[in-house]
Amino acid sequence: MAERSFKAEVEHLRLGDGQTFTGEGILAITKALLENGVGYVGGYQGAPISHLMDVLADAEELLTELGIRFEANANEAAAAAMLAASVHYPIRGAVTFKGSVGVNVASDALANLASSGVNGGALIIVGEDYGEGSSIMQERSHAFAMKSQFWLLDPRPNLPSITKAVKDGFELSEASNTPVMLMVRIRSCHVTGSFQTRDNRRPKLSVREALSNPQSDFARVVLPPMSYMHEQDKIRNRWPAAETFIRERGLNEVFGPKTAPVGLVVQGGMYNGVIRALQRLGLADLHGSTDVPLYVLNVTYPLLASEFLEFCEGKDQILVIEEGQPEFIEQQLTTFLYRADSSVRLRGKDIFPMAGEYTGQVMLDAIGAFLKAAAPDLLPATVRAPNEDCPQIPDLTKTVPIRPPGFCTGCPERPIFAAMKLVQKETGKLQISADIGCHLFAALPPFEIGGATMGYGLGPAANAAFDGGGERRPVSIIGDGGFWHNGLSSSFTNMAFNKSDGVAVIVDNYYSAATGGQDIMSSRADNPTKATKHPITKALRGIGIDWVRQVDNTYDVGRMRDVLREALTTDTPGPKVIVASSECMLNKQRREKPLAQKAIREGRRVEAPRFGVDEDVCTGDHACIRLSGCPSLSLKKLDDPLRDDPVASIDQSCVGCGNCGEVADAAVLCPSFYRADVVHNPSAWEAWMARFRARVIGWLQSRRAARRLSFEGQA
Amino acid sequence: MTLHETLSDQLGHGTADPRLSGIIKLAILAVGGQGGGVLTGWIEDLARSQGFAAQATSVAGVSQRTGATVYYVEMAPHRAGDPVPVFSLMPAPGDVDIMIAAEMMEAGRSIIRGFVTPDRTTLIASTHRALAVSEKMVPGDGIASSAEVMAAAEIAARRFIAADFDALALANGSVISASLFGALAGSGALPFPRAAFEAAIRAGGKGIEGSLRAFGAAFETAANPPDQASAPKDAPRPAPGVSGPARLMAEWDRLAARVAALPAPVAELALPGLRKVVDFQDLRYGAAYLDRLAQVMARDDAAHGWVLSREAAKYIANAMAYDDIIRVADLKTRGRRFDRIRKEMRVKDANVMQLTEFFHPRAEEIVGLFPARLGARLEADPKWMARLDRWFNKGRRLRTDSLWAFLTLHVIGGLRGWRLRSLRHAQEQGHLARWLDHALSHVATNYDLAVELIRCRRLIKGYSDTHARGHSKFDRVLEATAAITAREDAADWCRRLREAALKDEDGKALEGAIQTIRSFA
Repeated sequence: MAERSFKAEVEHLRLGDGQTFTGEGILAITKALLENGVGYVGGYQGAPISHLMDVLADAEELLTELGIRFEANANEAAAAAMLAASVHYPIRGAVTFKGSVGVNVASDALANLASSGVNGGALIIVGEDYGEGSSIMQERSHAFAMKSQFWLLDPRPNLPSITKAVKDGFELSEASNTPVMLMVRIRSCHVTGSFQTRDNRRPKLSVREALSNPQSDFARVVLPPMSYMHEQDKIRNRWPAAETFIRERGLNEVFGPKTAPVGLVVQGGMYNGVIRALQRLGLADLHGSTDVPLYVLNVTYPLLASEFLEFCEGKDQILVIEEGQPEFIEQQLTTFLYRADSSVRLRGKDIFPMAGEYTGQVMLDAIGAFLKAAAPDLLPATVRAPNEDCPQIPDLTKTVPIRPPGFCTGCPERPIFAAMKLVQKETGKLQISADIGCHLFAALPPFEIGGATMGYGLGPAANAAFDGGGERRPVSIIGDGGFWHNGLSSSFTNMAFNKSDGVAVIVDNYYSAATGGQDIMSSRADNPTKATKHPITKALRGIGIDWVRQVDNTYDVGRMRDVLREALTTDTPGPKVIVASSECMLNKQRREKPLAQKAIREGRRVEAPRFGVDEDVCTGDHACIRLSGCPSLSLKKLDDPLRDDPVASIDQSCVGCGNCGEVADAAVLCPSFYRADVVHNPSAWEAWMARFRARVIGWLQSRRAARRLSFEGQA
Repeated sequence: MTLHETLSDQLGHGTADPRLSGIIKLAILAVGGQGGGVLTGWIEDLARSQGFAAQATSVAGVSQRTGATVYYVEMAPHRAGDPVPVFSLMPAPGDVDIMIAAEMMEAGRSIIRGFVTPDRTTLIASTHRALAVSEKMVPGDGIASSAEVMAAAEIAARRFIAADFDALALANGSVISASLFGALAGSGALPFPRAAFEAAIRAGGKGIEGSLRAFGAAFETAANPPDQASAPKDAPRPAPGVSGPARLMAEWDRLAARVAALPAPVAELALPGLRKVVDFQDLRYGAAYLDRLAQVMARDDAAHGWVLSREAAKYIANAMAYDDIIRVADLKTRGRRFDRIRKEMRVKDANVMQLTEFFHPRAEEIVGLFPARLGARLEADPKWMARLDRWFNKGRRLRTDSLWAFLTLHVIGGLRGWRLRSLRHAQEQGHLARWLDHALSHVATNYDLAVELIRCRRLIKGYSDTHARGHSKFDRVLEATAAITAREDAADWCRRLREAALKDEDGKALEGAIQTIRSFA
């Protein structure tokens, strides 16, 4: 079950004709799918579209009512392959994953799909993880549309535009027999707003019904000579059909005055940022009414030469506003102008930065610079000659520490890396490769474990060059999410087949945790619609890996360390795999906290553990923190003139996971930690014993206290 | 006032971007897990309930895992049927009206990013700290300076509202999102009545009572900021009390009188020093401490402001109250500790508290308890050390709420009479004497260097490996300093070496500093 529940929001998906939906972009897209008679949906979670998968999972009841099949696909390739249902059948299908990495994984299926062409509308909803907040390499999904020739929608980032793009996307797909990719950026996914809803529609043909009447046509199979025909079909038929549809339906938009010396060509997703810059330059109003003509590309591939050249007519200069690199759109538009023998001057990345997000400042600077050079008369006097005197604000860049994401309070992965750090103190630095997922935070201080990540499910594969072994074994780390995504085949069969001498650690936290806690094959939860509870060790044995160690409590740092040491030193040939299992604390707390509170209320016995530090015993060396980094383990400056350094301190957010006590023991740190278990509703005997002990202990304590000096404020 | 009137009004005053007036831009910078999403939701609902069009965005992604996270809300007056305003999806430098920072360094980050500008921004910041890993992992004191951020905020913000909104929320049984919402209401930066804010909290549905309490407290703080001038200054607090049997008190008073006779700067640290060593051992040990201090003072004078003696008062006390098993056992079994923990853990009368301690004694600690001579012999014998390790070296979890474990520690804690004969004591005394002699040997030639050498004692702390590492850093600093004692800037170099030694665990910075010295020494 996912980290965030959308059960309440799902009710909004039932809104009908003429009602108003208010909420997040992601939810609006889901609603639009239902309104447009989608027949099947699937995808793979990942920011920023994780919530789309979660909404769909929570909406399964409604989907079933409408005859829609929902799959939580094993990975993005599986999701894209599912769109094969739209090749022969007139069924609308939609899948979703993050870009560009999800598109990378899906590209094989997408290329085949694009070659075959589709009959039913096929929509690929890509959450483009680019710019601030992104967790992946900075690339563009755009290139995939160009290479496989499917169409790319990049709607303006407001709910009416995004939901219209879903409708347009299906229709464009059907009109041109081509899959369509709908790109939504990070902030568009989470932007809130409103749009007018329509009734949900059942698919004209459901996937169940299609099964009763199977269809095939070898002309659609990607085999020679049909594949050559597909290529010709794309260029001769599908492309022109798409162009006609885009033009006739007015998918791209033009705003502002008909005549002006300059104009801006804008990716749909950039529209709000452009308007804001124009607003700040005094050239647009609150509602986006602009003095500078805009040609807004809600479709960024294909580009329409005729439409673009019409926009350019009568203008001296055009500025292309295209985020990311390379500047595909700018290059294409330049070609259009050149072929048309046009004298219009095209500007773009010569003013805008080639790389990086188009933030508010970048937009303001670049558009301002363009207008100052190309059409200074348009600008108000204040902008042309700004008269500002700003006070000097002190530079804090050296003061403020960076705050990258890290392991949560009580995370079960922390002790694994604490153990690994301890092992490296014995063995020296090891060759360690990592995968994708929460465990990658171990690459940051205080652990600094893992030097490379090559992609989801590829952690052990990324160590393949070292499979032959050496003086010390290579170690790779992979999460359970990565394992089932494609790690089993790409990483572990690769290890097994090549008789790798390496060590692999599988971090099994019961969920696809980094993407928001979705269930996977090895999840321990009961899931009514998915098959869970399949142990990873069983899969490993199935592919012939015999040296497998299952650790059921990652918080046992000593055991983790011993197992790692054993894996690094055993004489057994072949891959050495450790499955380290403990539940993701974020999900565990979410699940157990209400249960514990309920139990306490109902008078049942509950133990609530929490750690503490005796500040008189702590010497302020912070060795414990260098083996933890837990948010709840922090520092405190003592009101003691004899102490120089702050001491460790645990705040009330501690969940009592045990790591502090374990590392204090395993690394022989210091005796400052204690664990206090508060027992709620103790049994009568337990309470009596506690009172008895307390009396004896209290007597001993006061006896000693009476024979010495007591200093207030100490212990 | 209608939108139009607002527009013309502001036009008249020559606002920078008149056609934009009416839009309120509000950014929130929070640490993952602080409830920034909840706060954003409240603000958005509030704006809509007051007839505004509102748009919120966030960049969650992996940042929700303890990283810095930005939320952004724009709102503008809106009449049903009018075209919807075009809002931006992200804050821009120089273009933020209200900046809410849910933590002090995040306030600093918002200033760095240009979201706080003197012409327009109301900055609402919580002054509490959630330390970043890079601050916490330093072996010394790596905590970033909040004062610098405060100073910058005073310059950067048009209005600056700062208080510990985290503590305020906790005190009212709620979380920081509620108190920040209260501060926002109290600041008056949004044109909405207090009741509308509270209605947004009620509509949210969860933990309403606590949220409203925290909201109310923060509202008052923001609306009527406590007058800085009238706030009590750091008045010298009366020394915490001492109590005990009359016989001991009489002796204590004599020692305390000795301290009182010292020059003020020395006495200021000598009194806590005396308390520390007496608490560690006994009054006679306290007298020995004052004797040691007297030796230092004999070499010191008022012309130097007694700096050397002052530092010696601090570090001799720390050296004399070393961390051995007896001290730890003593501290762990005191009644006051039990009371403190019960309070911290909020244990109610109906609850039972179990207490687990984590010990991991090694042969070194065991042998340290032995009589000095025997202990030294055993320590020199690897076979014996291996044997002791086999017997004792393992993690021990002691339930100090149970009788047996408590008694064990209670007995060990009572071995103070024995302590002075132990090997550990002999070692500590030896080290103390060598360090002090070494430092004092420089007093005549280079007073400042002697002071810095005294201060190097700060490097020795921790237990087991950490303790050994501290010792080795201490030795390396002293050794490197020895090579340059003739230089005028030797004291400065000694300070630099010490600071470098406190920068990282493995002593990389220290090694770098030593290399630098070697290059010219």
